[in-house]
Amino acid sequence: MFRSTRDRFLSLTLHGLAAVSGLIVVLVLAFVLQESSPVLSRVMLSRFLTDGSWHPAADAAEGAFNLLPIVVGTLLSSAGAVVLATPLGILSAVFIQFYAPLHLARWYRRMIELLAGIPSVVFGLWGLVVLVPLIARIHPPGQSLFTGIVILTLMILPTVALLSNAAMAAVPREIVSGCAALGLSRRTTAFLIIIPAAKSGLTTAAILGLVRAIGETMAVVMVCGNVVRMPGSLFDPIRTLTSTIALEMSYARGVHRSSLFFCGLVLLLVVTGLIAVAEIVSRRQLHGPV
Amino acid sequence: MCIPFQIRSYIALACLLSLFTCGCGAADGARTTAAPRQTQITITGASTIAPLMGEIGKRFEAEHPGIRVDVQTGGSSRGVADARNGLADIGMVSRDLKPDEADLQRFLIARDGVCIILHAENPVQSLSREQIISIYTGQTRNWKAVGGRDAPITVVNKAEGRSTLEVFATHFKINTKEIHADVVIGDNEQGVKTVAGNPLAIGYVSIGTAEVDREGGVPIRLLSLNEVEASVKNVRNGTFPMSRTLNLVTKTPPEGTIKELIDFASSSKVHDLVKELSFVPID
Repeated sequence: MFRSTRDRFLSLTLHGLAAVSGLIVVLVLAFVLQESSPVLSRVMLSRFLTDGSWHPAADAAEGAFNLLPIVVGTLLSSAGAVVLATPLGILSAVFIQFYAPLHLARWYRRMIELLAGIPSVVFGLWGLVVLVPLIARIHPPGQSLFTGIVILTLMILPTVALLSNAAMAAVPREIVSGCAALGLSRRTTAFLIIIPAAKSGLTTAAILGLVRAIGETMAVVMVCGNVVRMPGSLFDPIRTLTSTIALEMSYARGVHRSSLFFCGLVLLLVVTGLIAVAEIVSRRQLHGPV
Repeated sequence: MCIPFQIRSYIALACLLSLFTCGCGAADGARTTAAPRQTQITITGASTIAPLMGEIGKRFEAEHPGIRVDVQTGGSSRGVADARNGLADIGMVSRDLKPDEADLQRFLIARDGVCIILHAENPVQSLSREQIISIYTGQTRNWKAVGGRDAPITVVNKAEGRSTLEVFATHFKINTKEIHADVVIGDNEQGVKTVAGNPLAIGYVSIGTAEVDREGGVPIRLLSLNEVEASVKNVRNGTFPMSRTLNLVTKTPPEGTIKELIDFASSSKVHDLVKELSFVPID
């Protein structure tokens, strides 16, 4: 009797807390929508794709609101970082799971966890004072899409590596034992059995890395150059959605301020889209043919 | 063993919650039962001054319990209009007053100066007004054209809406849309680091920041403008051309708390805040 009342109470509390978490997301979305409504009501949606440039500080009529180079910059830098970080992360997980001696594996994992804990502003500062001058010697100005990809790769690598490791560790031990019983080599076990078996977890790792790269701000502001222009090469500067908000918010007002909230809205939509894709991919892999 | 622990944690949570609500109630009470003199001061205007006035307001509130300072932005012209028609107690204006604004009372609280910076290794010692405009509008793309090495120029510009950009564009009469930038930066410190890390870069930052950094050994050179050396001293005495005044305006001669706040904002008690925001305090 007592136990069930306690259970009911706990269950109610948990329901309440879960509702609060869910509500926060809805409230954020509602707030961002409301704050971007001034720009949406005064600037045609198509202008965000067709205007000549990004100069939102003037009024709605005179300003220019082309978000396309910013969205492209965001996607290119994050995609580049994921393309580099995913293989590295998976290989590092394979190393921990199959090749490293137990002692080394433990220390190696700790090092990666430490890497995950380094604040982004440290990466940014290092990028700005070390990496940028280095790249500027080959290809001025140094602040570029390439520099951004390198820094973002370093930043999301621990996320991808740790999640890949967790995904591989979650593969049922019977499969590993089965491989051993069949006399398969470590290489075959890792690359032909375990990685395919952990595919859905590895996809999630890559997507979470991608989302983290898209949301990264401080480091990106420092090393990407932030010019709103379609990049013509890897060494051209780019601007991302988050850096636009960070760079311009302190002085923005009126339509300009509202257009920064619109950037936030676009960012939310992009991330939502990516998570939906990840969901579909991992579901198909779970239920469809392997 | 487990039951008392859970109950105890609920009690702790309840205590925390009640403490929190008590705290809020007490604060509200203090606010509503304050003395009958003016308890809220509304300040509107230039977004350049707003962060400074916000900080000054916080310090003023701490020294004068019961008074609330509300700072809103909207541009210098809104500051003038609001002060005139009484919507705000004080207006913020980040430029000299125009002749038709002479009816307002003006109080200078700080100055803001912007200078062009190059890397210390750059052989170029000075640039004319026309050369700077030509570099920033993308017509001159190589240092050779202005007496430097044969190498491309990296143009460092400020992000849209920044007040430094406004000062720069107003001084050189450049439309911000015509600026052809290679790097866009946010705050002054980032500008100094960007130029210090790239011998081919040209940028502009607040003089206060640039001077402190150069004295700290950062390899940058501050360019003179119209033969006037770029220094905090020359901003303070008003001779440096790329600078402006930061003012508070009121409709009638201020009295009471409003006078206290204006006196406070131009006193040496807030010089640290002025410097923190890269402005130049007045004596």
